[in-house]
Amino acid sequence: MIHWFAIFMGAALFTLMIPVIYRIWVGPTEFDRILGVNVIGTKTAVLLVIIGTVYERVDMFVDFAIAYALLNFVMAIVISRYLNRTISLKEMDAREKERASRAK
Amino acid sequence: MNTGMENTLSVATAVSNTGDGGILPLQILGMVLGVTGLVFFLGAAVGLVRFPDFYTRMHAAGKGDTLSTMLMLIGFALVTMQDFSLTSFLIVLKILSVVLFIYLTSPTSSHALMRAAFEDDEMPLSEEDIKKSKNRNRRKKS
Repeated sequence: MIHWFAIFMGAALFTLMIPVIYRIWVGPTEFDRILGVNVIGTKTAVLLVIIGTVYERVDMFVDFAIAYALLNFVMAIVISRYLNRTISLKEMDAREKERASRAK
Repeated sequence: MNTGMENTLSVATAVSNTGDGGILPLQILGMVLGVTGLVFFLGAAVGLVRFPDFYTRMHAAGKGDTLSTMLMLIGFALVTMQDFSLTSFLIVLKILSVVLFIYLTSPTSSHALMRAAFEDDEMPLSEEDIKKSKNRNRRKKS
């Protein structure tokens, strides 16, 4: 009973990941893609616990889930910081205006 | 102390071996929580596909993802708890630590992503943009 419930939950979770993969595929901006990858990573941690329930080794798979959630968090923070490094268009305009006013 | 723990462990394995067919009410509660989490994740996925703007998509994904993950993990913590021994209690504690970790990190990462998008001049949709898109759709239909 619990076995089949866990298999059903895993299949449903996997099916619901397909729209998120669509968003990663066509996402207009790069932030949409990172958002989709973040959602899928969080759900993979849940999927690992479900796999542990199916194989009746939850004590082992929960450690994998913790490690995966940690890696996912670090990935999201690092990529958002990396994209933040690039100068925004507004800032570039402001800097050009400042240079022009100094030249005058 | 040591012998007492071994006794409880052996009793626990015996109970779990004999009681495979039955379902505790706690496990039914866990199943209900898991299916509720699935419903919330369905909302997050639909919002992620259908919303028009990056910020609205972030709204759907951030909230639905966090809540559905927490509900599903708590549900599976209750489902795996087949007896009230020390080992199963420790496994439940481990799963609850994952829940606490996700409760702390998921809003943080979505906040960092949204801040990065805002400083990268990603503009939210204005009312004029929505009106324009509606007019376009009407022209296509007529």
